[in-house]
Amino acid sequence: MPALRPDRSDRVVPPAGMPVRLTQLTSAAMAFLAVFALALSLAAGRLADRWSDALARTATVRISAPQGQMTTQTEAVLDVLRTTPGVASARALSADEQRALLEPWFGPDLPVDRLPLPRLVELVEGPEGLDAEALRLRLAGEAPGAVLDDHTRWRRPLVAAADRLRLFGWVALGLIGAAVASMITLAANAALAANARVIEVLRLVGARDVFIARAFVRRFTRRALEGAAGGTALGMLAMALMPETGEAGGFLTGLGFRGWHWLWPLAVPPLAALVAFAATRAAALRMLRGLT
Amino acid sequence: MIELDSVSHSYGGSELLGGLALRLPPGSFHFLTGPSGAGKTTFLRLCYAELAPTAGRVRIFGKDVRAMSRDDVAHTRRRIGVVHQDCQFLDHLSVAENVALPLSVAGRNAADHAGDLADLLGWVGLDTRAEALPPELSGGERQRAALARAVIMGPELILADEPTGNVDWEMSLRILHLLIELNRMGKAIVIATHDLNLIRAAKANVSARVLRIKDRRVQLAGADL
Repeated sequence: MPALRPDRSDRVVPPAGMPVRLTQLTSAAMAFLAVFALALSLAAGRLADRWSDALARTATVRISAPQGQMTTQTEAVLDVLRTTPGVASARALSADEQRALLEPWFGPDLPVDRLPLPRLVELVEGPEGLDAEALRLRLAGEAPGAVLDDHTRWRRPLVAAADRLRLFGWVALGLIGAAVASMITLAANAALAANARVIEVLRLVGARDVFIARAFVRRFTRRALEGAAGGTALGMLAMALMPETGEAGGFLTGLGFRGWHWLWPLAVPPLAALVAFAATRAAALRMLRGLT
Repeated sequence: MIELDSVSHSYGGSELLGGLALRLPPGSFHFLTGPSGAGKTTFLRLCYAELAPTAGRVRIFGKDVRAMSRDDVAHTRRRIGVVHQDCQFLDHLSVAENVALPLSVAGRNAADHAGDLADLLGWVGLDTRAEALPPELSGGERQRAALARAVIMGPELILADEPTGNVDWEMSLRILHLLIELNRMGKAIVIATHDLNLIRAAKANVSARVLRIKDRRVQLAGADL
């Protein structure tokens, strides 16, 4: 018989009222938003990592020299790079590779060998890092036509922007958590006020504060969990159904979860429940301390 | 059991009760009488730690009320049954569940006490109303349900504040006899009432003492009323 009944401390409070139902609804909405904020943070993080990682590893030396000196200057550049600390490897791009790079702009029939194109030398940085200024000075001495382009100049603001975007995502998540906490505190206070008589009766028959608080805490925690689970499921579904545009989409379609990142939004419902638990408990105990 | 030592209570600076010195021993039967507004309810509330005295010391079961934590107060109330004139229930629970409420809040499994509960409801004459909701009860039924709820924990003391205020004479006598029976079982009883007929009716059956509140003092009234 007792197994069929919901828990006792739950039953002493009248069946779900308006505040509890609104809690469920708001938790669902907030969880939905939280999934997007999370996706934003993770996508921005991926973007920042990709830009700083892939681009930091490589640099390019561009050699513009008269036809006759091209080979010797290229040799000189490669010699310099071989003896520069922090350069893991360096190689000159072949004519075919250069043609492939230019193809999108000039078409496939470009006679690369007959144009006065600069030679490109790609270098890969070692883990110890590259002193770009020192390398520039050495190159200027050995091969006057060589220019080092280490990508940092245009990479840095992009990485900074992506990092800022990631920060916004986390701040948004924090704000969503705070909004849920204040909303549930308000709802709990409303429920406690509406049940003032019930609480009075419970105190009279010898209920301890924790017993009374538990009745409210359980209810709000469960509703917040249910609401957040629904909102999270909808949010994840929306992310999964995001139209795929492949490589060309860039950042916009990068907004989503990859691989194990899909586990992240699953933390939203338990977190919402935790916030509801703490907020309701604090509100209930604060209110009860005011009674005899 | 309950000791008051030069206790005063004031509301907003004006003293309602003052200089109370009194002991309620186990198994005693007291009436508390006096005009309305004299402080009968305040006196009872001091006895179950609903109020703390503004001066003096109240000891309940040997413990100073002022030194009690909120949990101490809760535990103390499990040993004191209280019946109010307008008794409150949890309106969404049945009479049986309301009567068993003190067991639930004390963390006891009400199912283990199902027999006690049925006996108790039979004793107060509510066995046929066990599944009714409190708002469906008459005044007399509410008082008896409140009495059943007050005694289910087997308290040592029962405080009743105008328990017959809302019921007719016949029902008053019935409730009085339930309280007298409880007293015979060894429980201390305090009944606040302004109904002198009720006191006379009791005196025929039990050796009750009468406390009268007059001029902010509680005095032991003479044997005759």
